[in-house]
Amino acid sequence: MSDNKSIPQTQPRFSATFDPYTMSEIRRAAATGIYDIRGGGAKRKLPHFDDLLFLGASVSRYPLEGYREKCGTDVVLGTRFAKKPIHLKTPVTIAGMSFGALSAQAKEALGRGASQVGTSTTTGDGGMTPEERGQSKILVYQYLPSRYGMNPNDLRRADAIEVVVGQGAKPGGGGMLLGQKISPRVAKMRCLPEGIDQRSACRHPDWTGPDDLEIKIQELREITDWEKPIYVKVGATRPYFDVALAVKAGADVVVLDGMQGGTAATQEVFIEHVGIPILAAIRPAVQALQDLGLHRKVQLIVSGGIRNGADVAKALALGADAVAIGTAALIALGDNDPHLEEEYRKLGTTAGAYDDWHEGRDPAGITTQDPELSKRLDPVKAGRRLANYLSVMTMEAQVIARACGKSHLLNLEPEDLVALTVEAAAMARVPLAGTSWVPGQQGY
Amino acid sequence: MESLSFDLSQTALREVNQFLHGADLASKVSKVSITQPDGKHAIAAGLNADVEVEIDGHAGYYAAGMNQLARVTITGSAGTGVAENMMSGSVHVKGFASNAAGATAQGGLLVIDGDAGLRCGISLKGADIVVGGSVGSFSAFMAQAGNLVILGDAGEALGDSIYEARIFVRGKVKSLGADCEEKTMGDAEKKILADLLARAGHKDVSVDSFKLYGSARTLYNFHVDNAGAY
Ligand SMILES: Cc1cc2nc3c(=O)[nH]c(=O)nc-3n(C[C@H](O)[C@H](O)[C@H](O)COP(=O)(O)O)c2cc1C
Repeated sequence: MSDNKSIPQTQPRFSATFDPYTMSEIRRAAATGIYDIRGGGAKRKLPHFDDLLFLGASVSRYPLEGYREKCGTDVVLGTRFAKKPIHLKTPVTIAGMSFGALSAQAKEALGRGASQVGTSTTTGDGGMTPEERGQSKILVYQYLPSRYGMNPNDLRRADAIEVVVGQGAKPGGGGMLLGQKISPRVAKMRCLPEGIDQRSACRHPDWTGPDDLEIKIQELREITDWEKPIYVKVGATRPYFDVALAVKAGADVVVLDGMQGGTAATQEVFIEHVGIPILAAIRPAVQALQDLGLHRKVQLIVSGGIRNGADVAKALALGADAVAIGTAALIALGDNDPHLEEEYRKLGTTAGAYDDWHEGRDPAGITTQDPELSKRLDPVKAGRRLANYLSVMTMEAQVIARACGKSHLLNLEPEDLVALTVEAAAMARVPLAGTSWVPGQQGY
Repeated sequence: MESLSFDLSQTALREVNQFLHGADLASKVSKVSITQPDGKHAIAAGLNADVEVEIDGHAGYYAAGMNQLARVTITGSAGTGVAENMMSGSVHVKGFASNAAGATAQGGLLVIDGDAGLRCGISLKGADIVVGGSVGSFSAFMAQAGNLVILGDAGEALGDSIYEARIFVRGKVKSLGADCEEKTMGDAEKKILADLLARAGHKDVSVDSFKLYGSARTLYNFHVDNAGAY
């Protein structure tokens, strides 16, 4: 018999299946009886633009001189039917984020930053605020299932209209704004009592299906005298069919949002388990446009986890005309900034991981309606940060495009790309790096 | 003041609507008639002038959609979403109305002499709707504010997830939706009802023949014990 103490002990080992986060979620659910709600997008690792690389020019291709030879970045959206298409100086737009989810200061800052670089911002659930219209030179007005704050005067004041069918964080789900954030102003704009939980509808009240959507788009055009581009926004699920149907219904622009896309508040289980990554969605969407002979005629805006100029360049190379950013724009404004670490600690989290946006206690003053917290965000300074960041993204995309020998960002093409993983190669329909193998093509 | 007539079999809808959206319309014409509507969609949508518009026949989807100020009459029946998101003014359908009549309407009065289809007054946000006949299922779903008056019967799941809107029904209700309950009608509600009946041209209808329905407010803030209602 040997002495127990002398037997080496194995290290404590966590289960990969029941990891500490999973166990904490089970305990949380058991204690509260309600699913976890949070903001942001999917947090787990997913196939993404990082899995793609550009093939710069070399002997077989030749590059453009950096800083000397022009590399265009402008895009025009809504050229199909609208009398007044949108002209952007950069293909990076600001995605729809609601006043209610965001403070009035944050909306104003988004408008300021976007206008400085010649791009658009987008309203969200809850309607248009004067702060945003005042500061956004180009403003896209969302037309959502809830129709909270939907007003024909605002429709006419907008530069484009975006019919929201869904978003990447929650395709098939409606909005959610919990009582803590229903301030008197938000309540009034939405015509609801203060302090109640708002679960917005997920279906439009007066149309169902693509045939009705076509008539709805016609109505919006009639009301605005066919001036404004009409976008249709869908969460990425069945992109080939959804894009084809949106185009058939008469969209000028399709907005496609992948599962990494942020949300103001949604069930964690929804964010992480419904929808597909944007990397997997772009090619089928572009295929639909090509099959209809409308690629580059109906423009495609993609979003979901776009962070830098490389992501922008990759999205465009795969066939998109522009991108939209939500989460990254909030970070540029000051969301989750380490200088607020002490306050994030008090909320039981840490800078960079704070996602309880629905609770309205954001120390950065962005995802809140609390007047004291909102005041912390200086819309002028935050707008400047956003403008800087948008310029950097644009310049980064130009660096890559020039290296690939392209005189315009829109000249980037799938042939400029290879993939690092088999999954990304299959999804993006580009060869695995160093091979000529595109999984799923030519019978392999 | 002038009155004008457009024949939709001769003039494109786009032209007619653009004319109706023209600046100072109310100072130029007092009444516009639209003949041969033939079920076209979005007729007289997006008006923003104090004028009278008569659609002589049947209208398609979204007739008088988003109406502001105008007084629109449809002599025939109306398709889906008549007067959707109306802000002010009035829309009077002399025939029947299809689904989602008055959806999300924020102000003004929608009068339907006949029956209305499914989801009448869905997400109503402050307007008043008076239906002479019956309404289909899911009417006043998530209705936030305003009044829906039904002289006939209501279908299933009336007032499901209703917020602060009021529903007055004279006939039978097939079933109430989640969080919708019968309320006692006080003098203030009786006055609202009497006024709406008068404005909709229903004389000699007693307010006492109606029942009032509204929100039980149990779903306003999530509670685990109500999870079954979702
Ligand atoms: C705080 C916040 C609020 C949002 N509100 C809306 C909204 O009202 N309507 C909508 O269509 N999408 C909304 N979204 C989604 C964005 O429009 C966009 O699809 C998404 O943020 C893009 O992905 P990204 O965050 O990874 O850039 C919201 C996103 C965030 C982060």
